[in-house]
Amino acid sequence: MTGRAGAEHRLAWLLCAPAVLAMLVVTAYPIGYSLWLSLFRYDLRFPGERRFIGLDNYLSVLGAPAWWEALFNTLLITVCSVAVELVLGFLFALLMHRALLGRRVIRTSLLVPYGIITVVAAMSWRFAFDPTIGFVNALTGLEGAWLADRWSAFFVIFNTEIWKTTPFMALLLLAGLTQVPGDLLRAARVDGANAWQRFFHVTLPLLRPVIMVALLFRTLDAFRIFDTVFVQTRGAQGTETVSILGYNTLITRLNLGLGSAVSVLIFLCVLAIAVLYIRGFGIDLSSRARS
Amino acid sequence: MVSGANGGQRERLFRGLGSVLVVLYALFPVAWIVSLSLKRSADLDDRRFVPQVFSMEHYQSVFNDPQFSAALWNSVGIAGIATVAAVLLGMFAAYAIVRLEFPGRRLILVAALAIAMFPPVSIIGPLFNMWRTLGLYDTWPGLILPYMTFTLPLAIWTLSAFFREIPWDLDKAARVDGATPLQAFVHVILPLAVPGVFTAAILVFMFAWNDFLFVISLTSTNNARTVPAAIAFFTGSSQFQQPTGSIAAASVVVTVPVILVVLLFQRRIVAGLTAGAVKG
Repeated sequence: MTGRAGAEHRLAWLLCAPAVLAMLVVTAYPIGYSLWLSLFRYDLRFPGERRFIGLDNYLSVLGAPAWWEALFNTLLITVCSVAVELVLGFLFALLMHRALLGRRVIRTSLLVPYGIITVVAAMSWRFAFDPTIGFVNALTGLEGAWLADRWSAFFVIFNTEIWKTTPFMALLLLAGLTQVPGDLLRAARVDGANAWQRFFHVTLPLLRPVIMVALLFRTLDAFRIFDTVFVQTRGAQGTETVSILGYNTLITRLNLGLGSAVSVLIFLCVLAIAVLYIRGFGIDLSSRARS
Repeated sequence: MVSGANGGQRERLFRGLGSVLVVLYALFPVAWIVSLSLKRSADLDDRRFVPQVFSMEHYQSVFNDPQFSAALWNSVGIAGIATVAAVLLGMFAAYAIVRLEFPGRRLILVAALAIAMFPPVSIIGPLFNMWRTLGLYDTWPGLILPYMTFTLPLAIWTLSAFFREIPWDLDKAARVDGATPLQAFVHVILPLAVPGVFTAAILVFMFAWNDFLFVISLTSTNNARTVPAAIAFFTGSSQFQQPTGSIAAASVVVTVPVILVVLLFQRRIVAGLTAGAVKG
């Protein structure tokens, strides 16, 4: 028996090895390398001046208003867009859940924003709000250049994010809704609960695990926001996010030391968000890992 | 639903109206970019939603632009190879996770989940540096590798969820009949697993087709630059002409396959998206 079990272990590891190896080489090793680089003064434009400086890069980043502004912007975008997406996603999901004939049509149309390239979505909305090309100003009678002012630029960015990602939320919630037992809702109705009470006291509690998983994934995804901001403002007008800051420091300014410190800080933020959700809101991810 | 059938006239009207609004909301920006792409250059500034005169000039200029053709070819090739690679590796791992008893099984699923949450911006610096040293900067493999890795978690989770639904007794029967585990996999399980594999492939392809951060960080020329980067950095035929029309036409060209896939495979996509999140 031990021989067979040993053979099974070997086969299992053989089958998993390529995937595990790829994940280690392309994510684990680089994040370690990032950590290492972040301890050096290392600017690719002046490679000769590379030297160990300990935590100085972190002190520079944390001492710079640019980092805090980018973090604030990112959190603002994350909180606002995820909150709106949850409400809107619920509305869409309820609509699809109750619609018999229209469900297929709605689902297909919602998959279009989900599937479309983010850069394309960002371009489309950028042109829509453009003062010389777009129809938004013509339609609303407004005159402003939306992307030239901080808060209206944020509005365009929110709008794009919400349009692009609400479908994901709606489809996850719909999948959860279909698993709520109809008997339970009928029983509640017999007991005299109205539609609101049924929703808040029966449906919502049963959906809690699905909502939390959807929120976790969307929050982490929103925190990484890059494409939309890059296409619409490139981070100008005070709309820089942490991913844009990281990209600019690393790839545009080629400052690998400072940029790596930004990278590591972003990584820690994401880790903190994940831990907050999993510990704080009690998402049971381990049950999802059970086979 | 019972409640839907006996709901009042007003509720039904409200719901119908809501459905129409949702569909309009979802398709509106797509219609807008299609409309822009069909306007004549002279009409681009007319701020109308619908073109006054339909014109194919932007499509002609986009397809005559070597930069765009190269990007389209790169996108198709890189996303295609990354998809095949991720699904293949994901399939092996998912099979082992679902079918075989071995230590470290849960660890792989948790690690995959961790990578799914990982911020790509945290590794573009090191990859940029590593790829330049290894000669992978601005090459196809230089993008295929990160795409494959970042979609492996998706592939492993989706495939595991689908593999769990397969009646494994058939596999046991084949093994009792003397098939090796590998033979049982290829001849018995693989045909049953095709729907799941297909779903995973669609989701992986969409990720690779959509990526922007890796491609603008790890490429610099037409060698490996994909469509999203080409659209963002379009320079138009002359330096003084704003390439709005070309951007719109290029956007439509790369959105058409997405819409086709969505129309043909919507049920698979939804099943794949929700497989990991809803089932416990």
